[in-house]
Amino acid sequence: MKFNKPTSMTKIPLRYCPGCGHGIIHRLVAEVIDEMGIRENVIAVVPVGCSVFLDEYFDCDAIQAAHGRAPAVATGLKRSRPETTIFTYQGDGDLAAIGTAETVHASARGENFTVIFINNAIYGMTGGQQAPTTMPGQKTTTNPAGRDPKLAGYPIRVCEMLATLDGPAYIERVSVHNVANVLKTKRAIKKAFKTQNDGLGFSLVEVLSPCPTGWGLTPLKACDYMDKIMLPYYPLGVYKDLTQPKTEVSVPAEIPDEEPAENKNIGL
Amino acid sequence: MSTEKYKVGQKILMKGNEALAEGAVRAGCRFFSGYPITPQNEIPEYLSWRLFEVGGVFIQAESEVSAINMIYGAAACGTRAMTSSSSCGISLKQEGISYSAAAELPIFYANVVRGGPGLGNISPSQCDYWQATRGGGHGDYRVIVLAPNCVNEMANFPKLAYELAEKYRNPCMILADGLLGQMTEPMKFDFEWVNLEQLPPKDYVLTGCKGRDRRVINTLHLDVDVLERLNWHLYKKYKEIEANEVRFEERYTQDAEIIIVAYGTSARVAVDAILKGRQAGLKIGLIRPITLWPFPKEIVSKLAEKTGKFLVVEMNTGQMVEDVLMFSNGRAEVYFYGRPGGTVPTGDEVLAAIRTALKKKAKIGEVCCLNEI
Repeated sequence: MKFNKPTSMTKIPLRYCPGCGHGIIHRLVAEVIDEMGIRENVIAVVPVGCSVFLDEYFDCDAIQAAHGRAPAVATGLKRSRPETTIFTYQGDGDLAAIGTAETVHASARGENFTVIFINNAIYGMTGGQQAPTTMPGQKTTTNPAGRDPKLAGYPIRVCEMLATLDGPAYIERVSVHNVANVLKTKRAIKKAFKTQNDGLGFSLVEVLSPCPTGWGLTPLKACDYMDKIMLPYYPLGVYKDLTQPKTEVSVPAEIPDEEPAENKNIGL
Repeated sequence: MSTEKYKVGQKILMKGNEALAEGAVRAGCRFFSGYPITPQNEIPEYLSWRLFEVGGVFIQAESEVSAINMIYGAAACGTRAMTSSSSCGISLKQEGISYSAAAELPIFYANVVRGGPGLGNISPSQCDYWQATRGGGHGDYRVIVLAPNCVNEMANFPKLAYELAEKYRNPCMILADGLLGQMTEPMKFDFEWVNLEQLPPKDYVLTGCKGRDRRVINTLHLDVDVLERLNWHLYKKYKEIEANEVRFEERYTQDAEIIIVAYGTSARVAVDAILKGRQAGLKIGLIRPITLWPFPKEIVSKLAEKTGKFLVVEMNTGQMVEDVLMFSNGRAEVYFYGRPGGTVPTGDEVLAAIRTALKKKAKIGEVCCLNEI
C-alpha cells in the first residue's frame, strides 16, 4: 500500500509544530474532499491563527478572512454561489472569542456551509495566550499562574451552546488524540460536508486537537492531557443531527465527577 | 420576476435612501447585507423586498462587522454587492474595507452620515470626510468617494460606483448625509437597467477551480518584499485613479472674486447663497467636488492662482478645508465656515460668511475660520 498525499493537498510541506493536530485534520478534510470528488467545487475560508496558511496546503479555491469573520465571509460566498461547497477552518480564538457573533448568527440562520472548528485550548500562532477554551488551571502566557475562573472566567463549550439553536443541522465534537478518534473525526467531517451538499444547513465539527508547543508538553503527554483533562470537560459526541428522518439529538453524558483540573499536576 | 421598475428619464418622486437602493439594484446589485442604523434604514428596508424581486440576496447581519465581511465574500464570487450604514456603523466596517482594499475586491458601500463623534446624533453631518478620503481603516489604502448633492445623484451614482470599483478593483463609496437620505424630491434614472450577463468576465473570482488552477484571495504577506510590492502596486493604481477619475461641478468661476468650495448638502446651501449674492452684485463662484477622493486638486490650484480667495463650507469643524489649503499652494486666502454636530447652515448664514470673507485679508497658509464661537 502506497501512502500518498491527498489530491486536494498541494505539495507544499506543512509547517506545523511536532505533535500538532492541524496536520492530521488537514489531511482528513482533504481525504473527505477527495473521496467525495468535490475538489473543483470547494472554496475554503482561511482563518487567522496557526492555520492561516491553509490556502497554501489545499489545492482548491480559497479566501482568507479577517480574524473571526470566516462565517460571515462564508455566508457571502455560499449565498452568491449556492452550488459550491464552502468550508471554514477556524481555531478557538477565531471562532469562539473574536468571532463568536459571526459563529452564533451564521449557525442561527442555518447557513448552508461547514465549519471545521479546531479546539486546542490556546492561541498557538501568537505564542500561547489564553483562549476562550483554555482549561481551568491551564497555564498560558497570559495566565502564568494557570487560568483562574474567578479572574479569567470559564471555558466555552461551543457545541453545547450552538446545539440550543434551531438553525444548525449537524453538530459533533470529535478528537484526534488517538487513532480510533482520528477515524471518527474523518467520519464526522464527511457527514458535515454531506449535510451541506444535501442542502440541510449549517454543520460544525469541533475537533479537540493537541498543541504540545503551546501547552509545554511532549506530543505524547499532550495526548494524555487531552484524554484525562480535556475530554471530560468537552465530552465527545453528536450534539445535533437533523440529517436523519427521525431526529434524535444525542445528549452527552454528564461530566464525570472528577477532581477540578486546576488541582491536577500534569506538568503544565 | 419583475425587474425594471422605471424607464430612463421617467420623472419619479423618491426619497434619497430609496433612490440609492433602487439605483443600486438597477446598476446590478444582487447582494446586500447591513445592520439597522438611522438615518439610512430605508436602504435595507427597501432592499429587503426589492432584491428578492430580482433574484438577489438580502441579509440583515448581526453586526456591521459581519455585514461588510459578507460583502467581502460576495464580491469574491463576482457578485455586485453592497452594504450601507451611517457614521458609527461605518467605523465598524473599516476592518472589512481595509481587507477589501488589500484583496482588491470591488465592494460598494454608502455612508449616510450623521452627527459625531461617538454615538453623536441622527442629524445630517459631513463629519466623516477625513475617514472617507483617507481610507478609513488600517493600512496604506484609498477608497473612491462619490458625494451626491441631490436625490437624482443618489439614484444614479451607484452605477458609477460599481463601474469605478470594478474598473480599478477597489472599494468605492457614496458619502451622503442624513438630509440627502431623508429628503424626497423629483429625480430620474439616466441609465438603462444593467444587464449583468453583458459585463466583462472577472478573472479573479472564486467559483471552485474546475478546469483551471486554483485561485486564492489573500491579504497576508509575511514576506516584506511581497507586501512592499503590493503597496507600490496599490499606489500606482491610486495615481491612475487620481489622473483619470476626478469629477467636480464648476459654476460662476469665470468672473468670481471668491470661490465657495462645498460638497453634498453644503453645496446646495452654497448655491442658494451664491444666487442671492450675485443678485446683490457679489461675484461668487462655486467648486463642488463630486469625487472627494480623488480630490479635484488641479482646479483648486488653478483657481487659487486666478481668484486667490476660497471659502470652504462644510457641516463639520473643517476637514475638506485642509485639502483646499494644501492644493491652493500658498496662493490663496482660505476661509472656512462650518456647522458641526448635525446642524445645516442656511443660505443667509453662508452669504454673511461670504461678505465677511470678501472684506477680510486672511493670512496665507492658514485656515481663517469665520464662525463666531
